[in-house]
Amino acid sequence: MTVADARLAAREITLGYGERVVSAGLNVAVPDGAFTAVVGANASGKSTLLRALVRLLRPEAGAVLLDGKDVRGYRPKAIAREIAFLPQNLLAPENIVAKRLVARGRYPHQSPLSTWSAADERAVDEAMAAAGVTDLAERPVTELSGGQRQRVWMAMVLAQQTGHLLLDEPTTFLDIAHQYQLLALLARLRDQGRTIVAVLHDINQACRYADHIVAMKDGKIAAEGPPGEVIDAALVEDVFGMPCVVVPDPVTGTPMVVPTL
Amino acid sequence: MRAYVLRFGRCSAAPERRTVITVAALTVAALALALLGLCQGATWASPAEVLRALAGQGDAVVVITEWRAPRVAAALVFGAALGLSGAVFQNLTRNPLGSPDVIGLDSGAYTGALVVITVLGGTSAQLATGSILGGLVTAAAVYVLSARGGLSGLRLIVIGIAVNAVLVALNSWIVLRAELEVAIAATAWHAGSLNGVNWEDVLLPFAVIGVLAAGAPFLAHAIQQAALGDEIAMTSGVDLPRLRLLLVLAGVTCTATVTAVAGPIAFIALSAPQIGRRLAGAPGVPLAPAALTGAVLLLAADLAAQLLLAPISLPVGVVTTVIGGCYLIWLLYREVRRA
Repeated sequence: MTVADARLAAREITLGYGERVVSAGLNVAVPDGAFTAVVGANASGKSTLLRALVRLLRPEAGAVLLDGKDVRGYRPKAIAREIAFLPQNLLAPENIVAKRLVARGRYPHQSPLSTWSAADERAVDEAMAAAGVTDLAERPVTELSGGQRQRVWMAMVLAQQTGHLLLDEPTTFLDIAHQYQLLALLARLRDQGRTIVAVLHDINQACRYADHIVAMKDGKIAAEGPPGEVIDAALVEDVFGMPCVVVPDPVTGTPMVVPTL
Repeated sequence: MRAYVLRFGRCSAAPERRTVITVAALTVAALALALLGLCQGATWASPAEVLRALAGQGDAVVVITEWRAPRVAAALVFGAALGLSGAVFQNLTRNPLGSPDVIGLDSGAYTGALVVITVLGGTSAQLATGSILGGLVTAAAVYVLSARGGLSGLRLIVIGIAVNAVLVALNSWIVLRAELEVAIAATAWHAGSLNGVNWEDVLLPFAVIGVLAAGAPFLAHAIQQAALGDEIAMTSGVDLPRLRLLLVLAGVTCTATVTAVAGPIAFIALSAPQIGRRLAGAPGVPLAPAALTGAVLLLAADLAAQLLLAPISLPVGVVTTVIGGCYLIWLLYREVRRA
């Protein structure tokens, strides 16, 4: 897929914070209806790219396009009905119960005069069922375990009912079982037709669940494509600086990176 | 959810049951205190006499409707305005200490009013404009000085407290340099007082506060969403830069309008939003409980100010400072330990 025909794409974007340029002239096309994993070493520009795609960072040059139109040209609520984002650091207000937090995901569909329509209620119930948190509805979010809390936040961005869902290292604070549960949920959402983009730290998880890998190094895209085609020992050594062998995953047959340090 | 689901045509809402009950209880408390305020004065009028006077009957009509009512109404409306302003700034800074009286906006508004009164003489419209400008300039100064720390964070609070101290000194200096009559008037007003307030003084401020209060429900939804942090707020459709600008303008106008008439009344804006929040058991700092708590607090404080050393009427600001000062010490202690 090229920049011209993907719904969400970045064209010739230059990204940075003040004087420091992270990426220059980056072109990215997000495949529609697929699960894209962005991988790379720390400070390789993964999160920066994601922040630009969700309008949290304004490109110094170039533009992020949705359906061919600059995302900055949309009204805030209109773009929020198309693209949802789950940041890495999340802070729930004190005293909020899970269902109230999930309901906040309905914001772009609401107005000050309509904050709990029948459609809002339906979307919240569906999102909570999909994320498996229906039973937690009345529990204060601050009292939940890390895994439960992350699923409640997932339900919140699902209630936003967007075609695109972008996540910045969604597995970071989870134990290994919850990590795989979350990835399986993302794969199910992909199967239902959503476009998923996630920054992932674990390259083996990325290979197992993603349809499309974007490997970044020094703010540039080192390689991109289906995991089976792009992930090999040479790429991993180049991107992460770690000698390894790549063998087929015994369960799924996708590439599995085994360090030889 | 333990909430009332309300749906009429295209309008809908689901307020929490506890919030609705809190708002109702605070409204009843405010009305009861208002009745008490109308009864109480140089002579005691029974509630029956007060109600008759409000209907325009009996001997006490002038005393009740012209002397006592403006003061009671001012305490309610100004208290609500201070509570609202406090809630706006505490939401903006995401900090219970980030209220306009702590970060110097009240003192700045007072500086603006003092400059107007000493230089121009000052009609009430000029005073109001002067104090709003003073408040906005102070807000800009605090923001610029703490720019690197962002809007939330202890840095803004500490700089605000420092700016407040500077402005308090500046205000004293202006009063010392002023002509005697001006200085006497300014000093009486300096402590924050509702003594001798009449309908003429409060008409313009009531109109301004009324407009802002009517706009508050339209901002409340975005304010609530912004409590989820900048990232979620922006990617779920809040126009954060625009919201912040509107909030600063509305919050400063609220507190400065009160300051222009009654002088800087400290600590209502600081404490009312937090008390209201705890009563309502609500996430974030909701506006309606903050406004109603502010109204109840200021009216109660003003009644105390009239009764404590009767027949001498204290400035209400003295009472709020004594009560609020203790609260501020506790809050500072807790926040600094947490940071």
